[in-house]
Amino acid sequence: MITVENLSKQYGATTVVDGVCMVIERNSITVIVGTSGSGKSTLLRMINRLVEPTGGRVLIDGNDTASEPAYLLRRRIGYAIQGHGLFPHRTVAENIATVPGLLGWDEARIRARVDQLLEVFQLDPGEFAEKFPHQLSGGQQQRVGVARALAAEPAVLLMDEPFGALDPIIRTKAQDDLLDIQRRFGTTIVLVTHDMDEAFRLGDHVAVMSQGRVLQYDRPAVLLTRPADPFVSRMTGSADRALRLLSLTTAGEAALPGASDGPAVAASASLRDVLSDLVWQGAESAAVVDADGTARGSLTIAAILAHGRPT
Amino acid sequence: MAMTMPRLHRIDRLGALVSAVGAAAVVFLPFVVLKSNRIVPGDPRGLLEVLPMWAALACHATLILVAIVALGVSNARGRLAAALLGVVVVALAVAAAGNALTPAGNKVVRVAPGAGFWVLLVALGLMATDAITRLRPGPGMRVLLLVLFVAVAGLALAHGTFDNLSVMREYAVNAGRFAREARQHVLLALGSLAAAVIVALPLGILCHRVPRLRAGILGTLNLIQTIPAIALFGILMAPLGALAAAVPLAAKLGIRGIGAAPAVLALFLYSLLPVVANTVAGLKRVSPAAVEAARGMGMTARQILTGVELVLALPVILTGIRIVLVQNIGLVTIAALIGGGGLGVFVFQGIGQTAIDLVLLGAIPTVALAFSAAVLLDALVEIMDRTRQ
Repeated sequence: MITVENLSKQYGATTVVDGVCMVIERNSITVIVGTSGSGKSTLLRMINRLVEPTGGRVLIDGNDTASEPAYLLRRRIGYAIQGHGLFPHRTVAENIATVPGLLGWDEARIRARVDQLLEVFQLDPGEFAEKFPHQLSGGQQQRVGVARALAAEPAVLLMDEPFGALDPIIRTKAQDDLLDIQRRFGTTIVLVTHDMDEAFRLGDHVAVMSQGRVLQYDRPAVLLTRPADPFVSRMTGSADRALRLLSLTTAGEAALPGASDGPAVAASASLRDVLSDLVWQGAESAAVVDADGTARGSLTIAAILAHGRPT
Repeated sequence: MAMTMPRLHRIDRLGALVSAVGAAAVVFLPFVVLKSNRIVPGDPRGLLEVLPMWAALACHATLILVAIVALGVSNARGRLAAALLGVVVVALAVAAAGNALTPAGNKVVRVAPGAGFWVLLVALGLMATDAITRLRPGPGMRVLLLVLFVAVAGLALAHGTFDNLSVMREYAVNAGRFAREARQHVLLALGSLAAAVIVALPLGILCHRVPRLRAGILGTLNLIQTIPAIALFGILMAPLGALAAAVPLAAKLGIRGIGAAPAVLALFLYSLLPVVANTVAGLKRVSPAAVEAARGMGMTARQILTGVELVLALPVILTGIRIVLVQNIGLVTIAALIGGGGLGVFVFQGIGQTAIDLVLLGAIPTVALAFSAAVLLDALVEIMDRTRQ
């Protein structure tokens, strides 16, 4: 658990982050979203003390982060940035081994961890371990960047616009991978983005920032249905908020008992995607099935629409 | 009828230039100059006048063959082989001319390579470097070529092939001093470079870290660079002389107004700008994202500097060191003026005695040293750049 207490940062007379308080739950993804200049990156960088706060403090599992040298703190916290920041003179394996090397892991353990991470990120160790970053595609570089951030099994992973430089298709894939990895390792992830779609797609909780303040910090559905501030409702978008709300629920969660002779949809698909599918196919209902093919129930258009209204 | 005629290959432009210059040199310029002693003006002699008929004809035939290759063959290996063949033949011809024109046992007569020889050598050298450029050899191959060339030249010199030529006559008289001054030359060039690198690296890092200092430091070093070398020696003479007079220890260490101390100091000052400027440029091109990631992962400031920034900047820094080394090897020549020693001793002595052969004894090895240093460091920079970027 990360506790942010009254955290502030001033540069001269300018206040960049203004008295932020947040409690970030373990094993969850928290997304900080805001326009450029809102202070979201500064807030993130104060968690691993790349920026030293001028006021307030950060506790990780109850321990004040200011109580140890910053470089030791950072070795326990994963950090991934836009444009990956890989070392161009080191191979993929050497890049991933950076923090384990700093922590003095023995070679066998480092090698095993590097191979494991490469496999998790669908990069064949035999093919990729000895390559240099410039020999990889943009998407592969980004995956190596995240793998490097996770190398020393950190409990917390900070990500600063990690997918900002990727094209839309690779970006969606990278987001899916991140969700998988969060489930697999149970890492507490704090991610900064200016992209509201990304925030809704990834965040268990979303914090909306403007002018150094957190305007609202809650589950995505609450941000949509009960925005605390006109700025929040502008950020979350009033035109398609019903569809955004639908995208937060999966077919599996919303499925009702009973069978349907309509098209089969995956339980993991969002209601937004199921609705789109039904409209396209001209069907009234869909059969919800698990990944292994077992029936989970059915969904009618009316039942889906009910999920798109504030309750 | 016209269709059955063989199509002419396109004539190589550089080949045409090289062939024209070479032909003009053979026809109009003396191949060797015969002097009755080391300082009088000599009599020009052509190849045909000096060598036996068969040897002169063979030499001319080879040069014509090289010219044909230069004009019409596009294969770079063939061109390189032809150019090197030409160099060997011309070198053997000048050596043979020396032997033919020197009466046995006569140590006074001088046979100097003439303008024709030098122009031919330049033309053939141009053809060879052009061929090497077209071959795009890797850094290892270029170093290998240099080593081969030095080995062949060294063997020929050791064997005494050129002993009857004027420059080697001067060498025979000065052999002991030559070894000493050559060593001094290399020591002065490398010593001032080493001192400069030790000072310039931290200075470059400082300029990179504190942008406010950058303009001041680089401006000052730029100003030093504009002072002519001889003027700088003069400027340094007074304070170093005063220092030696005031501090006996300094004098004991060899620090005096003249000699090696002002020479090393001047070379050191000239060396600072290229190394500092390239350190700054090299650090500037290091990806800020890589440095940011390094900090974010918990590398210490020292680990970031040595493990990321300097390693990534190294090829550019080495380029600066290459500039300095080549520049120093040339500049050390002038150190002889203030008693600093080095190969310049022969150059200035030769000028003083109007003995051009003695000037060449100092100048040719200096050029060879600078050229070798450039090839070696260029290769090193390329290897670094290839593995680290």
